[in-house]
Amino acid sequence: MLASMLCVMTGRGPDSAGFAVYGSGAQDKVKLSLRAAKGYDFNALAAGLSIPADGMPALTQRATHAIVEVPAAREAAVRAFLAAQHPEVTVVGTGARMEIFKEVGLPATVADTFGLARMSGTHGIGHTRMATESAVTTAGAHPFSTGADQCLVHNGSLSNHNALRRALTREGISFETENDSEVAAGYLTWRLKQGASLGEALEAGLKDLDGFYTFVVGTENGFGVLRDPVACKPAVMAETDRYVAFGSEYRALVDLPGIETARVFEPEPATVYFWERAQ
Amino acid sequence: MSPAALNATALNAIAPEVTFDLATSSVRELNAALHQASDGSNARLWRVLNPEGRHAIAAGVDAPISIEIEGNVGYYCAGMNQAASVIIRGNAGQGVAENMMSGFVHVCGDASQSAGATAHGGLLVIDGNASARCGISMKGVDIVVKGSVGHMSAFMGQSGALIVFGEAGEALGDSLYEAKLFVRGGVKSLGADCIEKELRDEHKALIAAKLEAAGIAPGSVDLSEFKRYGSARKLYNFHVDNADAY
Repeated sequence: MLASMLCVMTGRGPDSAGFAVYGSGAQDKVKLSLRAAKGYDFNALAAGLSIPADGMPALTQRATHAIVEVPAAREAAVRAFLAAQHPEVTVVGTGARMEIFKEVGLPATVADTFGLARMSGTHGIGHTRMATESAVTTAGAHPFSTGADQCLVHNGSLSNHNALRRALTREGISFETENDSEVAAGYLTWRLKQGASLGEALEAGLKDLDGFYTFVVGTENGFGVLRDPVACKPAVMAETDRYVAFGSEYRALVDLPGIETARVFEPEPATVYFWERAQ
Repeated sequence: MSPAALNATALNAIAPEVTFDLATSSVRELNAALHQASDGSNARLWRVLNPEGRHAIAAGVDAPISIEIEGNVGYYCAGMNQAASVIIRGNAGQGVAENMMSGFVHVCGDASQSAGATAHGGLLVIDGNASARCGISMKGVDIVVKGSVGHMSAFMGQSGALIVFGEAGEALGDSLYEAKLFVRGGVKSLGADCIEKELRDEHKALIAAKLEAAGIAPGSVDLSEFKRYGSARKLYNFHVDNADAY
């Protein structure tokens, strides 16, 4: 369904697209979403990550991305190892269940490259980009990870992202691109590290993030939506007793089952919404 | 002549009713056919199926024909409309009937932001709610919203009437010129230079006339429940004491 939602948006032109899928997870394991250049030998990388106690970590490669599952206790060590020994590999996200994939190109092609239509999970977030603030690169594509099992997609542009990036860098948050949305993700990461809940972090963002935006954040149990107080950027929701869906416009939702009878509405500006799946 | 244009000519020449299915034809073909319609066209009723949120459906029509759209539409539906009567049996995306010059547009569901923006004339009726900036810079259009409107509605409204059965969001009528605003429910806040004014009989008569044009039965709405808002006319000319309000 997410694939068809993205494909409808293909009509808006080529740039880049990405998505986060919340699939199954294993107890005490963490999934690292890794990205590398085309043709990269992820098997060799996984072999390098194996330790006698666990053997080779589970590896699922999808084009330029791979999901590596390691014991949660080893996450920090694996990240440090990758950073030191494999600068050619980028960690795009981590979590018990979240997997992130993103690439430049037409949304339909990107979805196809990664086999999105065949993935399954409780929820997912997709994004098609039309770059305004920074270059069209894979690193600039959304979603951006904000923490374990958390990601952010953004429609809009932030005007204070340079100042905020400098302030956050001083606070120890690192940035990979000149992208304004990555700053929003970094901002949420920083707030969460300080002990805020995601809802509180988003509320604080209303004050600290200047510009216009509609944010969608993914969490292990669901997702949240926040529009700036002026609500320049569109957002539309559809709710049925079987699902809740978000789109920038109704066009993205038309292929969803039962959309004709769904409750379709626009989220209010400056209001944090959360939807969580039943446990 | 392109195949689409040929098709358009043929459609206008023959049947009094035309059905256009957007699952099999493009919006471009539909609009090309509609743009060929004129006073003298045989085709008087155009039914549009499977709109599925597509943008710019029936934009730029300039003929007294009826267009019935069965479902939800995307952005700018019936934009720049002149003379046509357009019924949307669903929700409308941003900018429905934006820059309408004349005619009638009826949204049976909700409308997204900037409904009726900059419209010069005609009547826009929304059965549900309209979101932010409804009637922004309205220049003569009449807008009847049976639900509520979002923030910044009628911003810089120059003329015409905005009649809201429900409530209005923040900053109603900010920097208002001479558009007449009538809201039955609560108003979250008034924008700069917008004030409440007395609702006199002449205003009730005006509301009654607009509601009748919108097909709302006389007597079904208690006109005395409306409050009238208009411009205080203090921002028309620059005055340094108002600098904070600009």
